[in-house]
Amino acid sequence: MADRIIIKKGLQIPLLGEPDEVFRGTVTSEFVKVCPEDFHGITPKVAVKVNDRVKAGSALFYEKRHPDMLFASPVSGVVTAIERGEKRRILNFTVQADKEIQYEDFGKKNVASLSPEEVKKSILDAGIWFLIKQRPYDVIANPDKAPRDIFVTGFDTAPLAPSYDLLLEGQEADLQTGLNALTKLTTGKVYLSISPKTTNKGLRDAKNVIITEFEGPHPAGNVGVHINHLAPVNRGETVWTLNALDVAIIGRLFNKGVVDLTRIVALTGSEVKQTGYYKMLIGTELKSIFQNNVTEGITLRYISGNPLTGTKIEENGVLRAYHSQITVIPEGIEVIEPLGWASLSPNRYSASCTYPQLKRNPHKKYRLDARIKGGQRAIIMSNEYDRVFPMDIFPEQLIKATIAFNIEKMENLGIYEVAPEDFALCEFVDTSKLELQKIVRTGLDMLRKEME
Amino acid sequence: MKALKNYFDKIRPLFEEGGKYHWLHSVFDGFETFLFVPNTTSKSGVHIHDSRDSKRTMIIVVVALIPALLFGMYNVGLQHYMAIGQEVGFWTRFFYGFLAVLPQIVVSYVVGLGIEFTAAQMKGEEIAEGFLVTGLLIPMILPVDTPLWMIAVATAFAVIFAKEVFGGTGYNIFNVALIARAFLFFAYPSMMSGDRVFVRTGSALGMGRPEMVNGIAQTVDGFSGATPLGQLAITDAPHFASFGFTGVTGQPLTLSDMFWGFIPGSVGEVSTFAILLGAILLISTGVGSWKTMLSVFLGGLFTISIVNLFAANPIMEMPAHYHFLLGGFAFGAVFMATDPVTSARTEKGKWIHGFLIGLLAITIRIFNPGYPEGMMLAILLMNAFAPLIDFYVVDANIKRRLKRVEAKKEGNKK
Repeated sequence: MADRIIIKKGLQIPLLGEPDEVFRGTVTSEFVKVCPEDFHGITPKVAVKVNDRVKAGSALFYEKRHPDMLFASPVSGVVTAIERGEKRRILNFTVQADKEIQYEDFGKKNVASLSPEEVKKSILDAGIWFLIKQRPYDVIANPDKAPRDIFVTGFDTAPLAPSYDLLLEGQEADLQTGLNALTKLTTGKVYLSISPKTTNKGLRDAKNVIITEFEGPHPAGNVGVHINHLAPVNRGETVWTLNALDVAIIGRLFNKGVVDLTRIVALTGSEVKQTGYYKMLIGTELKSIFQNNVTEGITLRYISGNPLTGTKIEENGVLRAYHSQITVIPEGIEVIEPLGWASLSPNRYSASCTYPQLKRNPHKKYRLDARIKGGQRAIIMSNEYDRVFPMDIFPEQLIKATIAFNIEKMENLGIYEVAPEDFALCEFVDTSKLELQKIVRTGLDMLRKEME
Repeated sequence: MKALKNYFDKIRPLFEEGGKYHWLHSVFDGFETFLFVPNTTSKSGVHIHDSRDSKRTMIIVVVALIPALLFGMYNVGLQHYMAIGQEVGFWTRFFYGFLAVLPQIVVSYVVGLGIEFTAAQMKGEEIAEGFLVTGLLIPMILPVDTPLWMIAVATAFAVIFAKEVFGGTGYNIFNVALIARAFLFFAYPSMMSGDRVFVRTGSALGMGRPEMVNGIAQTVDGFSGATPLGQLAITDAPHFASFGFTGVTGQPLTLSDMFWGFIPGSVGEVSTFAILLGAILLISTGVGSWKTMLSVFLGGLFTISIVNLFAANPIMEMPAHYHFLLGGFAFGAVFMATDPVTSARTEKGKWIHGFLIGLLAITIRIFNPGYPEGMMLAILLMNAFAPLIDFYVVDANIKRRLKRVEAKKEGNKK
C-alpha cells in the first residue's frame, strides 16, 4: 500500500465543461506547427531549412547552449515555413505532413542493458529531452547536471483536467519502460505520485519507483507540492520533474525505436458543445475539433492546457507541446455587468464568502469567462494565498521578495522549490489581481541568469 | 444600463493617452469601474479569475460598519434630547443624529477622496478603494462635537502623511483612521476628551435647538456628558462596587444600556451589539480575521484577570465585561485591529498581534488616569510592531529551510 499524504489547502474550482469520458477519434491536420516558445528558457537554433524533408523524430532545432539537445518534429513531411516575430524570434516551424508518417529509426533498446549515459544520449538524440523539466527555475532539465531525485506525477487536479487513467490506457508497458529509463538517470530516487482514485495498473503497480498517494483539492496534483512534501529542493540541488504521460512517450522511444509524440487530449470547457477525448500529435491544428462544436455569437478564448496555466491560442491554433487538454471558455468582453461590487448574483463565483452563495451546493458548476473582474492593487488582504498554497512556504512574502528581486530573501523563502504553476491558484483568488505567475516566471529567469 | 455603457465607451477616447481630458483618466476609470465590472481580460497567467476584487472587499467592510453607524446616529439624538430635556420620538432622535453625523461623513469623504483622486492621478494609477472604509471610520471614532474643520484637517493629515507618502493603499504602516484620531487627540486634546464633546447640546443643522440663555445652551439639571470610562477615571469612590456609572441626566447605567449602546461616547463605538453584527458579517465573509478579533479579547481578558488580583482602585477592580462593553475596545478589536494592511500578515502573527493589542489597551486604560481610552494608542503601537512579529514568524520558516541544508551536509559527511 502506498503512503498517503493528505492535502488540505487548495481549491477545486467548479467549472462547467468537464470532459465526457468518450473517445471521439483521431485528429490530423495538413500542417503541424512546433512553437519554440513552449520550451521556456532555451534559445532555439534552426536545424532545418524551408523545403527540407523531415521524418518524425528528426530535429527541427536545437538549444544554443546545448547543441546536443535536439527538438524533434512530431510528424514527417516538408518544412514549409519558419515564422519569425520581433527581433527575429522564431514563432513556429510549420511542417506539411505526409499522408503516412515516416519515423526516424532510433532502434529498439533494452533499457536494463543501457548505461546511464546511453539512456541520456538516446533521449537527447531523439529530440524529446524537452519532456524532462527541472527545479529550480522550472525549465527544461540541464542534461549536464545529475538530478538528486526525479519526480513523476501520475494525475492532474487542475480544473477540468483529464483523467490520467484514461490517457494511459494501453500504455502501461511504455510507462514502465520510461520509469526504468528514469531510474538510470539519477543516483537518487524516482518518486511517482498518484491519486487515491487512480485505477490504472501501470501507475498503481509501477515498479522501481516510490509511489505516494496525494489526496485533496488542486494543487494536490502539482509536482511542486509533491516535492515539498516528499523531499524539498535545497539550494544547490536539482530535481527533475515529468508527468506520467511524458514518461510513456520516453518509454515508447525505447520499446518501439521511434519518436511518437501522439497524445490523447481532452477537449473541455463550458463553451464546447460536445466534450470528449481525441488522439492527436503535438502541433496538430485544432480547427477541426472546434468547428460546429463551440458556442456561437460570442468571443471565445481558446486555451491549450487548463484554464489556470494553459497557453492562449487562436481559433486556428495548435496543440502545444506539454498539454493534454484543450479548453474553450467565453472571453467575456461583451458582458455588461453593472455595479459588480454590489452584486448579489449567485452566478458570480468566488472562492471566498464575499458573494452570497445561498444556493451553494457542491454540484453547482460555474461558467467563468476570461475577465479579470477588478483592477490591479497592491497586496491588501492577507492569508489569501496561503489558503490555496499547500507548501511549507510563505507565498506572499516570497512574492514580495521576488518583486523586489532580493536574491537572498528569495532563496531563504524557498524560491528554488516553486514554479509559476504553483502560484496559479493564488493568482485566481487574488483580490488585488496581480499577475503572480508572471512575477514568479520573471523572478526565476532573472535568478537563473544571475546564478548560471 | 446599456445606454450608459455605450456613453462611457463613446467618451473613453477623450480620457486616453493624447485625449483632451487625459489628465482626468484616473477619475474616469474610477467612475467607470464603479458602475461596471471592467471588461479587461487576462493577458498572462490564469485565464479565469475570482469575482472578488478590492471594491467588493471594501464594500463589505462598509456594510459591516452600517449597523454601528445607524445606531450611533440614533444615540447621538437620544443623548442630545435627554441632555436638553425634551421628549421626542424615535425618528426625531434618529434624524437629529443623522443631521449631526452626515456633515462629518461628507467632509471626511470629500477631503480624503479628493486627496486620493489627486494622488492616483499624479501617479497615473487607478483609484484605490481603501478610503471608502477609512472615510467612514473617521467620523465614527470621533466625538460628535468635533468641528468639521478639524475633521478636514485631520483627514488630510492622515491620508497624506500616513498613507500617500508611503505609496498609497496597501503600503501604509499605521491605520489611517486612527492616525486621524491621534492627530486630533494630540493637537486638540480638549476637543477629544472630557465631558463636553461626547454629547451634542447645540442644534444639528438647525434641528433640535435647545433653550438658549445668554448664548449658552441650557441642559437639564445634573447634566454630565462624561463617558463611563471618563467618569471612572476621575471618581473618588474607594471601590468599584461602591461606584455607579451614570448617564447624561445622572440616571444609573446598566450593563444592558452598555451592551445596546445607550451611553455617551464616540459615534460608532457605543453599541457593542451593533459592532457584534458587523463582526459577524466580517467573519462570515472572511474579510476580517477572527483570529485577530478573538486574540484582542483574550489579551484583554488576560491583563484584566491579572490586574484584578492586585486591584488598588476602582478601575483596577473593574471586571472584564465592563471593559469590553465600554469605550472603543470592541470597535477597535473588530474594525481597527483587523485592518489587513497594518496588522500582522501571517496567521501566527495575528494571534500575537491581537493579544498584545488587548493587553496594551487595558494597560493604558488602567494605568494612565489622564487617558481612559487605550485602544487607539494600543493599536497604533502594535501597528508599528506588526512587521517585527511577522519577521519572527517568517524567520522560523527560513531557519527550518537552512537547517535542512545543514542536515543534508552533515549527512553527506557521514
